[in-house]
Amino acid sequence: MKTLADLKKIREKAQEDMKLRGGNVRIKIVVGMGTSGIAMGAREVMKTFLEEIAARNLTDVMVTQTGEKGLSSMEPVVDLIEEGKPKVTYGNMNPDKVKKVVVEHIVNGRVVSDYVVATGN
Amino acid sequence: MSLKRIDLLICCGSGCVSAGALKIKERFHEVLAEHNIANEVNIIETGCMGPCDYGPVMVIYPEGIFYKKVTVDDVAEIVAEHFVKGRPVSRLMLQDEEKTIAAKKDVPFYQKQVKVALENCGYINPESLDEYIATGGYEALGTVLTEMKPQDVINVIKDSGLRGRGGGGFPTHIKWQMVHDNKSDEKYIICNGDEGDPGAFMDRSLLEGDPHRVLEGMMIAAYAMGATNGFFYIRAEYPLAIKRIKMAIQQAKEVGLMGKDVFGSGFCFDAEVRTGAGAFVCGEEMALIHSIEGQRGNPTPKPPYPAVQGLWGKPTVVNNVETLGNISTIFRKGAQWFASMGTEKSKGTKVFALTGDIKNTGLVEVPMGITLRELIFDVGGGMIGDHKFKAVQLGGPSGGCLTVDHLDTGVDYESLKERGAMMGSGGVIVMNDDKCMVNVAKFFMDFCVEESCGKCSPCRIGLKQMLEILERITSGYGREGDIEELQRLGESISKLSLCGLGQTAPNPVLSTIRYFRDEYEAHIRDKSCSNKVCLDLMHFNIDKDRCIGCSLCARKCPVTCITGSREEKYTINQVDCVKCGNCFDVCPVKAIDKVPGIHPAVAANREALKKAAHNHED
Amino acid sequence: MYKEICAKYAPTKDNLIYILHEIQDTHPQHYISGEAVKDVSDYLKVPENHIYGVLTFYSMYSTKPRGKNIIRLCESPPCYIKGSDNILRKLKSILGVSVGETTKDGKFTLELCACLGVCGNAPVMMINEDVYGDLSEEKAEEIIDKIRGRN
Repeated sequence: MKTLADLKKIREKAQEDMKLRGGNVRIKIVVGMGTSGIAMGAREVMKTFLEEIAARNLTDVMVTQTGEKGLSSMEPVVDLIEEGKPKVTYGNMNPDKVKKVVVEHIVNGRVVSDYVVATGN
Repeated sequence: MSLKRIDLLICCGSGCVSAGALKIKERFHEVLAEHNIANEVNIIETGCMGPCDYGPVMVIYPEGIFYKKVTVDDVAEIVAEHFVKGRPVSRLMLQDEEKTIAAKKDVPFYQKQVKVALENCGYINPESLDEYIATGGYEALGTVLTEMKPQDVINVIKDSGLRGRGGGGFPTHIKWQMVHDNKSDEKYIICNGDEGDPGAFMDRSLLEGDPHRVLEGMMIAAYAMGATNGFFYIRAEYPLAIKRIKMAIQQAKEVGLMGKDVFGSGFCFDAEVRTGAGAFVCGEEMALIHSIEGQRGNPTPKPPYPAVQGLWGKPTVVNNVETLGNISTIFRKGAQWFASMGTEKSKGTKVFALTGDIKNTGLVEVPMGITLRELIFDVGGGMIGDHKFKAVQLGGPSGGCLTVDHLDTGVDYESLKERGAMMGSGGVIVMNDDKCMVNVAKFFMDFCVEESCGKCSPCRIGLKQMLEILERITSGYGREGDIEELQRLGESISKLSLCGLGQTAPNPVLSTIRYFRDEYEAHIRDKSCSNKVCLDLMHFNIDKDRCIGCSLCARKCPVTCITGSREEKYTINQVDCVKCGNCFDVCPVKAIDKVPGIHPAVAANREALKKAAHNHED
Repeated sequence: MYKEICAKYAPTKDNLIYILHEIQDTHPQHYISGEAVKDVSDYLKVPENHIYGVLTFYSMYSTKPRGKNIIRLCESPPCYIKGSDNILRKLKSILGVSVGETTKDGKFTLELCACLGVCGNAPVMMINEDVYGDLSEEKAEEIIDKIRGRN
């Protein structure tokens, strides 16, 4: 390390690794992991999100979990929360649908309307 | 490879470690593996988060959920419920008057705090240089080295108003300026990590929790004064702090943040760690310097000051850990920002260690000038149980006791000194109405007698004499004039001692005499300790009406001085009683009372013995 | 053996404290013998009396053999306020020794020490390099029993 610019590079990389603790996150993915969600395969959905996002090196996305949301018939349920936009809720998710959501919605910014079960709060 | 979705920050400061944090960390690894989600969670060991009393504590991001008093058995539930199902475990959250507090930011303990030196403590992994850099670390050093002249650096510190956080409150920039102005082929900077004040542990926490911050502060100081070598003098009682700072030095060297030509500026710097071997007096700067040189840690008369003739006779600055911890932030956020906090003469924030009979013991950082009431009752949560606040000892064995009348005093260097206490290193020992102030003063004096290095006679002999008088008072042999004698001795010792230890050691006695004189008088005149702490000035008594004659007390008495029967009930033979308290503890019906004052039988016995000795002499 | 330890350090006086630390830490009885002092004196070329001066100044060094585990109970005011005297009484009774003494089986030496800096969890004690906080009499006994069982 010889210049302030070198330091800045390290800082930016390190900040990405710490984004869960309150960094700049563009999209927050919240997987419903209540008992019924898990029974319907929410674990696999969660795992796929984590793998897909890591594989694509998307640094401004955060994945987290929440409890039962009361949409039992549509489990597994996933919320995508983007700053300044209405929340999008996807239902009846599975790993294949996750892959599509990652490519379409998260990378290209196009909501996959076929899977949407609710929007807004 | 998988993205992480949870940052689990486990406080691994010494407080939480002493309460079992490392075992909890191991358990998390096991349980996460069982659930097959080990690769989704970052387990991060952080430095002290502050609220030691709640330990072991942890914070879970992204939600920022704060769990307290976690045990190994709770880990399975945290993982199964919170990590897997997204349902945080409310049972482990802080409960505050009916409501459950989930997020760390809402915990009242943190609300009045402003973190500068402790900014990263409990938030980053102290063993990760990257995490320190992520929070803006080494940016200040880079800017200073590439854009500022040494004199400009000193001017910024002058404008910030920063004063030494180790005790005396000497303006930091003056020390730097003196060494800067002294021409010499070699100059040294020493970080004083010989934190020994009972009740103070901020330096340990900072070295353990954010070592790079202290190192960065040291390098900026070194550049300002023209030093190329630095020493961290850390007491041997802090093995983790020693390990962490050594690691930080190593990491900084590896990436070129330390060594030759840092940031291409031509600045060269090397630092190493030196340890003590158990001597309180080594916190005094000349004693510390002698200890680094491999000698007895005796202080020597000043002048010459270390800024002129310090380590190996060269100009040396000795700065406290917390002082150095403030430096990088002052450069990143500006001297004006720092000076906007605090009072006219005491700028910025101060870290305090809250201990004693207070609900939230732990480490807090608040703006200078905060009142004792806010510090003790708002941040500290007030007293444990139904007890009332009685006194607070500020500044450890060098400081003084303040009372309920001083609760609205602002905490800054001058206000405290005026009232007979001192900032010291920031130890705040809170005492409830059960405490006997004479006994407390004796205890502090005992500490100073033990730790006096013996070099100068006012401290070596004078303190011992003060202790003897205090022992006399607390064992029922106090005489009229003892209080005045203590004051006279105390004042002379303060004036005549060679170093800070002796100069300040009488403070606890002098301040308790000032504010609790009636307790001294009761001990001397009435031979009575109203709080029933001084064993010679109280006795145990069995109340015959309540006694059920079970004989348990008599069986547990180590000197068989309790006799009686089921019908007659039991009595204590006061002359033989050693006041061990066993009977008091075991009585199933609480029929035994502690009574203030010497029992008449014991007093008579003492008189008889005195007469016999007198006759013998004749 | 002492000469080997010395040789790890440069023969300058400022290394005295570290050499003494290492000699003591590596000795099974955690102390610094007269023989060790002599070796260090030869190596650093400083008189033995200087070494004894340093040795007796710092409370962590011992010139007497000690137990396998060194218990250091904090006797500072914050711990005292939280009842360290009860813990001391308990330790004395379960170990059967007074302060400064070693148990007959050579497993424990009981010592008092100044502040360990873990005052938020008072009362505390340090056994070797491990700190135990929030002590109660029961907890202190449990800890001792556990260590006793281990070695």
